[in-house]
Amino acid sequence: MAQIRIENLRKDFGAFNAVKSSTFTVEDGEFFMLLGPSGCGKTTTLRMMAGLELPTSGEIYIDGQEVGQKPASQRDIAFVFQMFALYPHMNVRKNISYPLVSQGMPRAQVTAKVHEIADILGISDILDHPVSGLSGGDRQRVALARAIVREPKAFLMDEPLGALDAEFREHMSEELRALHDRMGATTVYVTHDQLEAMQMGDKIVVMNHGVVEQFGVPQDIYDWPATKFVAQFIGSPPMNFLDFHGSIGAGADHVALDGIAMQVPQSRIGASGALTFGVRPEHIRLDDSAPYRGRVVATEYLGTTQIVTFDTPNGIVKARVASADPVAVGTTTGLAFDPRTVTIFDAGSGQALRSAANEGVLAHG
Amino acid sequence: MSFSVTEPRRGTKWLAGILVVGYAIITMVPLLWIIATGFKSPTDSIAYPPVVVFDPTLEGYVNLFTDRTRATPQMLEEAGPPETWYDAIAQERGTVITGPSRYGERFLNSVIIGFGSTALCMILGTAAAYAFSRFRVPLKDDLLFFILSTRMMPPIAVAIPIFLMFRNLGLSDTHLGMILLYTAVNLSLSVWLLKGFIDEIPVEYEEAALIDGYTRFQAFYKVVLPQAATGIASTAIFCLIFAWNEYAFAVLLTSGNAQTAPPFIPTIIGTSGKDWPAVAAGATIFLIPVMVFTILLRKHLLRGITFGAVRK
Repeated sequence: MAQIRIENLRKDFGAFNAVKSSTFTVEDGEFFMLLGPSGCGKTTTLRMMAGLELPTSGEIYIDGQEVGQKPASQRDIAFVFQMFALYPHMNVRKNISYPLVSQGMPRAQVTAKVHEIADILGISDILDHPVSGLSGGDRQRVALARAIVREPKAFLMDEPLGALDAEFREHMSEELRALHDRMGATTVYVTHDQLEAMQMGDKIVVMNHGVVEQFGVPQDIYDWPATKFVAQFIGSPPMNFLDFHGSIGAGADHVALDGIAMQVPQSRIGASGALTFGVRPEHIRLDDSAPYRGRVVATEYLGTTQIVTFDTPNGIVKARVASADPVAVGTTTGLAFDPRTVTIFDAGSGQALRSAANEGVLAHG
Repeated sequence: MSFSVTEPRRGTKWLAGILVVGYAIITMVPLLWIIATGFKSPTDSIAYPPVVVFDPTLEGYVNLFTDRTRATPQMLEEAGPPETWYDAIAQERGTVITGPSRYGERFLNSVIIGFGSTALCMILGTAAAYAFSRFRVPLKDDLLFFILSTRMMPPIAVAIPIFLMFRNLGLSDTHLGMILLYTAVNLSLSVWLLKGFIDEIPVEYEEAALIDGYTRFQAFYKVVLPQAATGIASTAIFCLIFAWNEYAFAVLLTSGNAQTAPPFIPTIIGTSGKDWPAVAAGATIFLIPVMVFTILLRKHLLRGITFGAVRK
């Protein structure tokens, strides 16, 4: 198992720039998520780690060794494809043993190894089946078995659950995480599903348009997004953005929103002009005495909580409040924002302003 | 309630069956006619109205495989009773067998040239199709169009330049020359057909093999080829049928040494009157290798081996 370090990685396809100067580190044994919308460069990044694409520039270190221009076969990593890519002309046993055969491992040892792995994944009973008749879940397990059997330095997975049905995906994601915890293997996992990323990942890289937007543990990324993109991509409903014109001085701890002073974490830098006040829906309280007011335009009942949509002087705001709170459409009420959770963004660049609350998180982002 | 939208109606099935059987009869009749003629006597073979029920004889086959000379009754008497059944057939017609004909040799030439060019065409075609399908080839589309454009005129249109080239290169009337010629003609077809088949094979299989520690060539050989088997088999049949049946170039470029069966068969007519049974016998035997080849590969043509291996 190994650490994977990516430095200034760049990939161009002709004139199209798929990945622009990515830098991040996957620590040994981590379950690492590459998260982003489709076309953001996450799969290209993963394929460069695997050696299926060669980087235009930049370095990839696996276990301290620079492998950027080496072919996949020399990197000792395993790859799980979204479409599984089981060899269709071989049965389950042959599929699993194929990577071992390429190493020239003696037959008896191959057999023992295949049985051991098949036991772990619970597919011992289908070893002699052709792969064409298998269910989605079994194919996924065979694909995992083929990856694990070789004991590679790292596992790279490209949306491995994307081809499964929704209900089964849940189950497989738990199985996958449990497997990872058992093996302690460095795993890089590509997904566009923010829930999957939060649920399974030790660390997350959020990418957009070929750029690493933020890199950190799920909680930090959720609480202290480095950019408006991250704030909006993660969380459902996403973070509320209240756009305003104003200024905040270095060391100041409030901003004026529609002429009302709002307390925010102490800012480390000054900024003025078009700014955005960002607050997560669950950090908004309904408080009739609060000076900042909004009119209820819709409510969405979700069981224990409800999502209330307000029309405010700074745009639409969604709040997550207890279902028990009585809210009537058309009424106007006060909104109190938890001052410890607010992030101020520069509306133009989309970057979060450094504050007392998020500077620790942004430091390694 | 078990309706199936795909199950055709009874009437439709019958109609389809009748059409298929009708088509089969139309295409099979000339074939059956040729096979039957091979076993007729010369008189029966040109009888009008045509004879459907006749006394079968191997005379056509004997004439096909032997050279004979006309003999006087006196000579026949001196020769004594025939030693073999085919001597007997020849003597009945007042001839004696002077030796084997060149049909066997010509047939062997057809096998060497037909299968040789098909094999070469498959090797080159698969490699080229794989490269076009998987790699970033400069001017790929132009090259593919250029390859296709070689089929836009009948190959025989360039017969004269080829004739001159072959003469200068010493390829006239050689097996190698004919193999190269048929390969050149078939290659465009095989590249295009095989590219289609290889395009259909998901590239993830090779990538999986690369990750599993195999080289690009091993991935091609062990993963792509088995899955392209269906495409390779059907393409090979097309190539073989063309090379096997080709007549015009064979007439033009071959004579004593590398002549194939198609230009030889018509010459049988001229050697001893209009010997239609011998011609029919030659055609019948000539059919067999292509039929056997097609039947052997039929399994591959019908088997969808990639079914269900990748979820789409």
